[in-house]
Formats: sequence, structure tokens, C-alpha cells
Amino acid sequence: MELTRGTIRRLARASVDGIDATLLTVVVLLMGLGIATLYSASQESPERVISQLRHLTIAFGAMWLIARVPPQLLLRSALPVYVSGLLLLIAVALMGDVVNGARRWLSLGTIRFQPSEMMKIAMPLMLAWYFHRNEGHLRRRQFVFAGLLVAVPALLIARQPDLGTALLVAAAGFYVIFFAGLSWKAMGGLAALALASLPPIWSLLHDYQRRRILTLLDPTQDPLGAGYHIIQSTIAIGSGGLSGKGWLNGTQAHLEFIPERHTDFIFAVYSEEFGLIGNGVLLVLYALLIARGLAIAAQGATLFARLLGGSLSLIFFTYAFVNMGMVSGVLPVVGVPLPFLSYGGTALLTLFIAIGLLMGIHKHRKLVRT
Amino acid sequence: MIGLTELRNTERELHAFRTRVLVAAVIVLATFGLLGARFVWLQLVQHEYYHTRAEDNRIAIVPLPPQRGLIFDRNGALLARNYSAYTLEIAPRKASDIDGTIKMLSHLVAITARDRSRFAKHLIEARNADSLPIRTRLSDEEVARFAVNRYRFQGVEIKARHFRQYPFGATASHVLGYIGRIDARDVEHLEQLGVEANYRGTEYIGKRGVEATYQQALHGETGFEQVEIDAAGRGIRSLSQVPARPGHNLTLTLDIRLQQVAEAAFAGRRGALVALDPASGAVLAFVSVPGYDPNLFVDGIDVQSWKALNTSADRPLNNRAIAGVYPPGSTFKPFMALAALTLGQRTPNSTIQDPGYFVLGERRFRDSHAGGHGTVDLRKSIVVSSDVYYYQLAHDMGIEAIAGFMQQFGFGTRTGIDLEGEAAGVLPSPQWKLKRFARREQQRWYAGETISIGIGQGYNAYTPLQLAAATAAIANGGALYRPHVVAHIDDPRTGKRETIAPQLIRQIPLKPEHVAFVQEAMAGVNREGTGARAFAGAEYTSAGKTGTAQVIGIKQNEKYDASKIDERLRDHSLFIAFAPVESPKIALAVVVENGGFGSRAAAPIARTVLDYYLLGRRPADAAQAAGEGEQP
Repeated sequence: MELTRGTIRRLARASVDGIDATLLTVVVLLMGLGIATLYSASQESPERVISQLRHLTIAFGAMWLIARVPPQLLLRSALPVYVSGLLLLIAVALMGDVVNGARRWLSLGTIRFQPSEMMKIAMPLMLAWYFHRNEGHLRRRQFVFAGLLVAVPALLIARQPDLGTALLVAAAGFYVIFFAGLSWKAMGGLAALALASLPPIWSLLHDYQRRRILTLLDPTQDPLGAGYHIIQSTIAIGSGGLSGKGWLNGTQAHLEFIPERHTDFIFAVYSEEFGLIGNGVLLVLYALLIARGLAIAAQGATLFARLLGGSLSLIFFTYAFVNMGMVSGVLPVVGVPLPFLSYGGTALLTLFIAIGLLMGIHKHRKLVRT
Repeated sequence: MIGLTELRNTERELHAFRTRVLVAAVIVLATFGLLGARFVWLQLVQHEYYHTRAEDNRIAIVPLPPQRGLIFDRNGALLARNYSAYTLEIAPRKASDIDGTIKMLSHLVAITARDRSRFAKHLIEARNADSLPIRTRLSDEEVARFAVNRYRFQGVEIKARHFRQYPFGATASHVLGYIGRIDARDVEHLEQLGVEANYRGTEYIGKRGVEATYQQALHGETGFEQVEIDAAGRGIRSLSQVPARPGHNLTLTLDIRLQQVAEAAFAGRRGALVALDPASGAVLAFVSVPGYDPNLFVDGIDVQSWKALNTSADRPLNNRAIAGVYPPGSTFKPFMALAALTLGQRTPNSTIQDPGYFVLGERRFRDSHAGGHGTVDLRKSIVVSSDVYYYQLAHDMGIEAIAGFMQQFGFGTRTGIDLEGEAAGVLPSPQWKLKRFARREQQRWYAGETISIGIGQGYNAYTPLQLAAATAAIANGGALYRPHVVAHIDDPRTGKRETIAPQLIRQIPLKPEHVAFVQEAMAGVNREGTGARAFAGAEYTSAGKTGTAQVIGIKQNEKYDASKIDERLRDHSLFIAFAPVESPKIALAVVVENGGFGSRAAAPIARTVLDYYLLGRRPADAAQAAGEGEQP
């Protein structure tokens, strides 16, 4: 009896060992809001919610596993994961399936998956590993090479075309470079270069491409086409007011004025039903998540852990900011889901792997030094 | 030492890293702050605006068009009704690719080339319409087939609509008129009246006949429903409703069976007949033949039928009874006689010699009866229709006196009947000529012109309706009533009835003995005169007068066609009558275009109508009775 009880206690401790309470609490709260909003967006039909809960179970398991992977193993896996991700991206470019006009999917027997999704994790892993290996003698050469490591997969993904994912992957890489200490001067130079390259790129674009970009900037130019999404989501948010129309009462959502309301535009549904107060809560939760992630990164035991942690934290920020920005009409529409709220198994898995990685970094903050 | 440097390096790196983390945190907070500001802008500052837009999105005001009022004849026979049928409609603003949509639809329901061209026409005419029919009167099967596939079609809806139907077809078409799609001119008119809001959701409007003149009463009041709609524009639920009020029902003064008898009596000839109740001016029968089938217009007439109606030499769309003007010919003579008595120009006993012609200066005016009628007094002048008597009379009276007297009977003035498109006709006078012509020599009134006026020729030109109303005034002793075709208007909701009261235009100051004299003379026409043949064996007393009007010429724009021109140059045949003489119940005027002598073509029609109206005997019965009579 005594033995069993002790075993149980030990098992219990082992199972929660490495699970960061703050991160878990924030994520659980976000998931709760997400499931509630999804239920409303699905016209109160439970199928999609059940499916999302299934995704959640798998993602949670992945997080739990990842959280206990020793850093050495992660370090060793970085290069193979990155290289295989790159090869898969090349395979997609050569023989991927075309869905909705974009070549994103790779069929592996019965499963189809998006290698670009994998790159969201592989990229920071790889760069963190690269800088970690060159720790102590980071020169311009290393940064240039790191830039190349970012650019190649990002361009491959952008070509699919999947601008949103390319952006997130590139951002993940850039964050590592940023935390690795790329000089402010170099960053200023890059920004200036980017600005300077805009006019020549503009002049190379076709008319229809220019129009599309102009619509991104001003949705009222094309109220029935591309602008429709943004106009309707803005109406949804604005009509929500201070306290929202109440859960399940959003008319824009329930009468199907909001497009993609389960996935990329779920924020419009949330915002319409929970109002400014709900938005405030959501911003605070994301801020807490990011702050906790950055704090974990700051305490990282190794450069690898710090860079990876910092980058992953800012990835959450990027997801949240780009999505809310686009749905509320201040950023152009690119396919970026709202973390923990948007429906979708793959995105959820990626997010929870990132959470798992952060938890792992936290768990091993003092233990090992390489 | 090396280890210490390394440690210090690590410390420095760590410090640099933490600085960057801090910078990142500041950037995160700043951008979240910007997002927060955006939310405050949208959700607090602009909240009212977006709230309104969300409501506008959500709530559609759907007009509920009222049921159009029904039209009955005086005995309650239904002349215009509504029936409900399904139409397949496309909302031009919601359907992205109209041609593609129609193509896809054609796999589900039959869409003919005529449907397509009609839709294209609608699309041009009513660009702003909410939805336009591509197919009308869908079968139940077609409705079901579309319903199953509905999700594939954006902006396509099945609607239940009311359609107008005229069970009697072409019968009385010129009284009933028809409804048609509201066009730009109708919209302008409705806006002038300030009632355009009441026509939201209504597509049809009365174009002719009582459908047009009683449009406001027939239309009713449009109701409104607030409907919650989804992004595809489909109604989810009703939020509130103001029901439509149905239009008022019209009951006509017309007797549709009498109308049928009268129209049939024309037996394919062109012409007009108006029968009035002399006591009220109520129109009992109103014929303009050929007519047209108003049902053709109900869901938009197709181009071929429209062309056929418009280009036909018989002009079926022309309402001859009120828009056609004819010289009255000898039917004018009773009025002339009454003028002579009233103005003291003649006494019943004064006679003239009728040698068969009348000479004025160089000109000889011939009597239609070669050799003349010998000694003619006033009564005989009517009974045998002496032209010479009236040449002399007109000459003696002068044009001013004639015009002054005839004007009282409404000749040359619109009666004001409750139908659109009435012509005024021409009551000739020197004043009229002055106004009508521009050149000095044309404006002059010549004495010879007065002579033809006396026998109803020359510039005389009246509508059959004017002639009928004037005849009714002789029948009732001088009361000129405004003819009307609607007896009463009923509100089906409240049961309130608005009766159209007889409207006296004027009581013509006539001496009863003068009227009685003319009435008796007209009775003589049917007994022993020019109408005797047509009225042989009548079981009631009747008064009449034949007329034959010269056709002046053919219109220049008509094609040269020898056989047709011959026919169309023939004289018009006219007849006026009332019966029974003692207490007239009906007065009428008949014109048969190019029918020749009045006694031949027009009088038998009058007889048929009077027989039916007074005795309830149909022409078939009469023929049978005549047949039996001939059996020895």
C-alpha cells in the first residue's frame, strides 16, 4: 500500500515535472476562449468543437513529451530537422499537391502535410543551434550565413505561394538573429535596404498585382472582392462595442457575414461577442504568454536555449499581432491564424510544440551546461 | 585567466541578450498598445457607425406588395382576378455572373429564348430592380428541382407572385385595359404623386382602361416586413411585420353578357358601340373591335405580339369608342331638329319641298335619296332622313347657332369618362376654324360648310361615346350625364363601399313637347323609316336614327392595297337608338367602320343589343325564333 501510494505520488510528480504553471494557465485560458468562440462561430454545432478538442489532446500530448526532451537531444536534432524540412520543401516545389491554387501539401501515403508548418519550429531550432555552435566568435560572416539559412526556406514557402507562413518562418529566423546580437547598425541598414527596394519592385509588378496590394491597403476600394473580408470583420469588431453582443449573439458571425470565421477571422467573432473588454483580456493573456516566454529565455542555461526561447516567444507575438492587426484592418490580409483560438490541428500542434520547448528550456535552466 | 575571460564574455553576452529581451518586450507592449488603440477606435469611438452597419447588414426591409383589387361586372362576374404562381428570379446585384447563372439554371428549369430576351429587356429597363424574373409560372416539379439545387445559386430565388388574369380574354379589353411592368415614365408619375414608397416591391401597374384610371384604388397599401438576413441575403426570420392592405375591388357598370352579345354582333367588323343607362350615364356596354387579349401583357408582352398589335391595319389597340372620331352623318339630324324647334326656326308643321338637291350659289348639294322625298315636314325629315330639309335648316340657322346648341349636348367636348385616352372630337364653328388653322384663307368660314354640317358631315367629328351620351340626353329629356364605367369601389377589408353617383354635366333647357316630338319621330324611324327593317317585329318600342358617314380619305402612311382601300373608303355605318321609348332604359350609339348604310350594318347590331338587354334574348334565340316563324 505504502509502496503504491509512493509510486503514485512519484508518478504524479514526474508527470507534472517540467510543466510550467504560468504558461499552462495562460494557454488553458486562451484555449477556453478559443473553444467558446469556435462553438459560437460553428452555429453552436458541436462537431467542429469536438474535432478541435481532439486536435488539442494530440497537441497537449506533444507538448508534454517535448517538455521533457533533454536539451542535448534538441541540439543534436536541429540540423537533421532543418535539412529534412528543407528537402521536403523542395519536394513540395517539385511534386506537391495543389490545393486552392497553392502548392503546399505533400502526400505521404494516406497522410498529407505541409512541410512549411514544420519549418516554423525547425527554423529557430536550426539558427539557435548554428549560433550556439559559433558561440564566442560571431562575426559578420556568421550573420550573413544565418541570413541565408532564413532566406532559402522562406523564399521556397513564399513561392508556393503562402505569404503568411513565409513571413512567420522568416520572422522566427530573424528573431534568433536579433537575439544573437545583430548590430543595430546592420538592422538599420537592412531596413533602409528594404525601403529602398520597394519602388523598383513596385515598377516590376503587373497591374493586377498592384491593385491587389492597393486593396490590402484600402479595402473599401474593392468592397465586393478582397475588401469584403476586412469590411465585414471591421464591422463585427466595431459593432461589438465596449462589452460585446454577448456569447452566441454576434450577428455578423451567425449570419455568416464574416468569412473564414472559424480560422483566420475568428478574432472578429470573438471581438463582436466579447467587445473591447474581451479584446483587453485577450491582449493581456498574450502579453503574459510572451512575457513568460521571454523570462524563460532570459534564464536559459545555454545560448541555444536562450535564442530558441526568445524566438519562440516572439513567434507567439507575431501570430497574435499580425492576425489581430489584419482582422481589425490595420495590416494587410495574410493567412496567419490567431494562436490557440483559430481552428486547425496543424497550427495547434506547432503552437503546443513551441510551448513544450519553452517548458523544456525552463526545466533545464540550471541543470546542464555544455 | 582564460576561464575568467570566458566567464566575463558569457556575462557580457548574457547582459546583451537580456537587453535585447527588454527591447523585444518594449516593442511587444508598444505594438499591443497600438492594437488596443485600434480597438478603442473601432469599438468605442466608431461604435455607433459600425453598429448601424451591422444592423443594416442584418436587417432587410422587405416590402409586402398588396393584392391587387378584383374587377367585377355589374352582376358580379369576375373580369380580372389574381392567381399565385412561382417565378424564378435573379437579383442582378447579388448574382455575380448572370449569363453563367442563367446557363446553369437552364439545366434545371426550361428557359426559352423568349424568357432570355425578356429578361435581357427587363435588365435594361429596370437596372435597379431588386430581382427580375427569368421564368414565370414554374411547375411544382421545377420548383422542387430548383429548391434542391438552390445552394449552388447565389442571388437566385423562387418567389410566389400574384399574376393578373382576365378570364374573358379580349372581351371588354378596352374597358378593363391591362397591367404591365412599371417603366421609367410610371416611376416619374408615381414620384409626382408622391406615392412611390407605396409601390416598393410592386412590379406591375395599370397601363390602360380601368386598370389605369383606378390604379390607386386597385393597388392597395404595401406592407413591410423586417427580416433578418444572412450574408447570402436569405431570410432567416421575421422580426416585425406591417401587413399589406389589399387593393379595393371594382364593380363595373358593364354587363359582361351584354358586352359579349354586342361584340359578337360586330361579327369581325371594325367599329364601336357604347350603350348607356340614360338615367345615370352608367356604361352598360362598351365595344371597340377588334380588341386584344389583355392576358398577353401580364408578364411582359413579347416583341412579336407587340409588333402584331401595333402594325395591324385594324389597330386593335385603338380605343375606337372614345379615341375614334367619326362624322355622325344623319344621326345628327334629331339634334338638328331639336335645335330648330328650341330656337324657333321650325315648327312641326312647316314643310319644304325636297327635289333631291339644294342649291347654294353655284353649288348643288345632293340628297342621298335620288329624286328627293317630295313634301317634307319635320317628322318626315327624320323618319326618311331627308338631306335637303337639313341643308335648308342649317343654312337658315347659321353655324353659330348650330354650334351653340350642339355644344350643350357635349359634342366636341370630352365627356370625362373614367377611362384614359378620350378624344375631344370637333364641333365645327368659325372660332374652331380660327384656332385650328394657321393661314388666313383657311381660317375663313364659308357658307357652304354650314350646309354639310346640317347633315352631320363636313368638319363634324365625334366619338361614339359623345354620340351615345347625347342620345341618352334626348332619351331622358335633356339631362347630359358624365358616362362612367365603374359602379362602386369596395374595400374588401372593411367592407366599405364607395358608390359612384351619377354626375349630371348639365340639364339642357329643352321644352318637353319638343323632346317628345323628336323622340316620337325617332320611334317612327324604327317603325316605318330607315330603321324599320332592322326593328321589324320588335317586342318593345324603340327610337333610332340611321347615319352614313363619308370617309374622307385614307391616311398617307398606309400602304397602297387596292382591295383594302376599296373597303376602307366605304362609308361608315352609324346608328343611335334608345328604348323603350316611354321610359328609356338604354341608349346607344353604334359605328361600323366602312359598313356602308347605317340601316344595313349598324342598325341590326343595335337591335341585337336592345333585344338582349330588354328581353334577355340572345341572337341565337332570335335567329331560332325567326326560323320557326318562317315555317308555314
